[in-house]
Amino acid sequence: MTGPVIDVHGLTKRFGDKTVVDDFSMQVPKGAIYGFLGPNGSGKTTTIRMMCGLLKADEGGGTALGYDIITQTREIKARVGYMTQKFSLYEDLTVRENLDFMARLHALPDHRRKVDSALEEYELAPRAKQMAGQLSGGWKQRLALAAASIHSPGLLLLDEPTAGVDPKARRDFWDRIRRLARDGVTVLVSTHYMDEAVQCDFIAFIAYGRKLIDAPSAELAATVGLTTWRIEGKGLTPVYDALDGAPGVDQIARFGSALHVSGRDAAALDRAIAPWRGHSDLDITPAKTGLEEAFIYLMTGAKDNF
Amino acid sequence: MRLSATFSRIGAILAKEFVQMRRDRLTFAMMVGIPLVQLLLFGYAINTDPRHLPTLIEAGDSGPATRAIVQAMETSEFFDVVGMSDNEAATDAALTNSEVIFTVVIPANFERDLARGDRPQILLDVDASDPVAAGAGTSAFPQIVTQAIAGLTGEARAPPVETLVHRRYNPAGRTAINIVPGLLGVILTMTMAMMTSMALTKEAERGTLETLLATPTRPLEVMAGKIAPYILVGFLQVILMLVAARFLFGVPFLGNPLAFVMTVSLFILVNLSMGFLFSTLARTQMQAMQMTFFVFMPSILLSGFMFPFDGMPLWARTIGEAVPTTHFIRAVREIMLKGADFSAVLDNLWPLAAIFAVLATLALTRYRRTLD
Repeated sequence: MTGPVIDVHGLTKRFGDKTVVDDFSMQVPKGAIYGFLGPNGSGKTTTIRMMCGLLKADEGGGTALGYDIITQTREIKARVGYMTQKFSLYEDLTVRENLDFMARLHALPDHRRKVDSALEEYELAPRAKQMAGQLSGGWKQRLALAAASIHSPGLLLLDEPTAGVDPKARRDFWDRIRRLARDGVTVLVSTHYMDEAVQCDFIAFIAYGRKLIDAPSAELAATVGLTTWRIEGKGLTPVYDALDGAPGVDQIARFGSALHVSGRDAAALDRAIAPWRGHSDLDITPAKTGLEEAFIYLMTGAKDNF
Repeated sequence: MRLSATFSRIGAILAKEFVQMRRDRLTFAMMVGIPLVQLLLFGYAINTDPRHLPTLIEAGDSGPATRAIVQAMETSEFFDVVGMSDNEAATDAALTNSEVIFTVVIPANFERDLARGDRPQILLDVDASDPVAAGAGTSAFPQIVTQAIAGLTGEARAPPVETLVHRRYNPAGRTAINIVPGLLGVILTMTMAMMTSMALTKEAERGTLETLLATPTRPLEVMAGKIAPYILVGFLQVILMLVAARFLFGVPFLGNPLAFVMTVSLFILVNLSMGFLFSTLARTQMQAMQMTFFVFMPSILLSGFMFPFDGMPLWARTIGEAVPTTHFIRAVREIMLKGADFSAVLDNLWPLAAIFAVLATLALTRYRRTLD
């Protein structure tokens, strides 16, 4: 396959009179890890479901893995691994039984061997006979990934896969994701975590059902177009209070012992900060706008700024 | 001080409980609806001393005495003469098919023999499979005949007529014989509809349905795989109950086994499709269970299982006709107790088939291929 793995245009989904996803388009190249960012209820899950044929778009369309997302959902389902936000395997089946069940739903030839190799690969073999319901959050998530990729899908759709999982298990999970991507699997993953967003090749930011930003993660900060000043020193609280909401200041955030003050209008921001420049115990330096500032800015300002 | 805090906490929990109760509409409907419905059913519909039971007269003769007897039977309110028959086969069939509860045979030359004082016989055939339904009419019959003839001649002492009573199908009037076939229907309704609806709702409730639907599995494949085990369970239940009925209660099995298997299969399908439909409507297993309860109640009270069907007023019988258990119980009683074969129970099978068609169509329409 040569074209993008996901190529959708104008996807729109309404539930009742509420438009959950509005005119959504995106292209995902093969082997990319595409981060799906956005506040809760922004339509990430609905968009993912439309791409794997679980939901039918009211308007728009496109392809996933070269198959039409409206008419060829069965072909897509056979080649996509979908990991739901909530653990949705059978808690009253063992780890092995769950994997075996999934392998058989996909009608995989030689499913026993597939299950064995998945148990091996995901280091689940020692727990093969344990009930899935008794696994801890991290292990459940690992089992879910093993189940979602048992049929060697070309595209993995992961819906907030690391919610409620401890940091070590999360890191481990991302190692696996990267390994899968290196092997040519395309990954679309929604997340709330900054450290995970950083690991993505591309980031699409979605809020209120609309895609606001779509850029390679390295360029995201620049795309947002923020200027940032770093203020360090003693007694930052009055500085914070004075700058918060001041004209030109779009965002102010604490980073350890420093304040990062950002704004889109560089001149206005400069004017806002000017009164504090003379203070001897404050050290004000220009800073490079990071992904984090951009992300928080997008999160807080998503509603009216675009 | 401490006491007021306790009251505040109890008050908070109490208020929360009411808010939740009001929002859970199905539970609310159960709490308000079930007592109300039960009250109406027991108050108006259920009658353990039924009157106006359908009766067929096979008159081999006609004359003032015959007319007087028929007249007296109708006046007594125990019997509703729904028709006349001119041959024995038709009379018998009406009883077997449960079209009537009583048949009265007035022999040829009845009037002449009566006038001669030859003690002619008048025969009352009773469908005694339900001993409760037929009891009152049966015991009143000889008296009614005697009085009718006494009124005719105006004599104090009536000319002698011999009234014969045949209690068919259940001569000893044992309740168990009537209850056991009915119980088959009730048990199948309860377990089949409830188990399937809960098993299917469980997938949606736990989110595993999403996993299923995200694979290439077709809805029909899910349905077949989920429902097939319960068909087996249903037959297992039937076999268990038949064996117990035979060896513990001596309930006979007189009719056509093939007709029985067909009836049971159809009924199991009806209940499974009902359970399937509930599972598409309920969001939780709890709701699915509550829905089956709403069907369960008329299945017990209005189907003729617990109380005589013919004793109920027309509106209750109309509702009862829409309950699949009603038709199943009738068919099974006819097969087991009356020795009916396939053709005899056909009039109960087509309503079952119709109900099945409606339920299955609704269920399949409701069942979503996607999650919307």
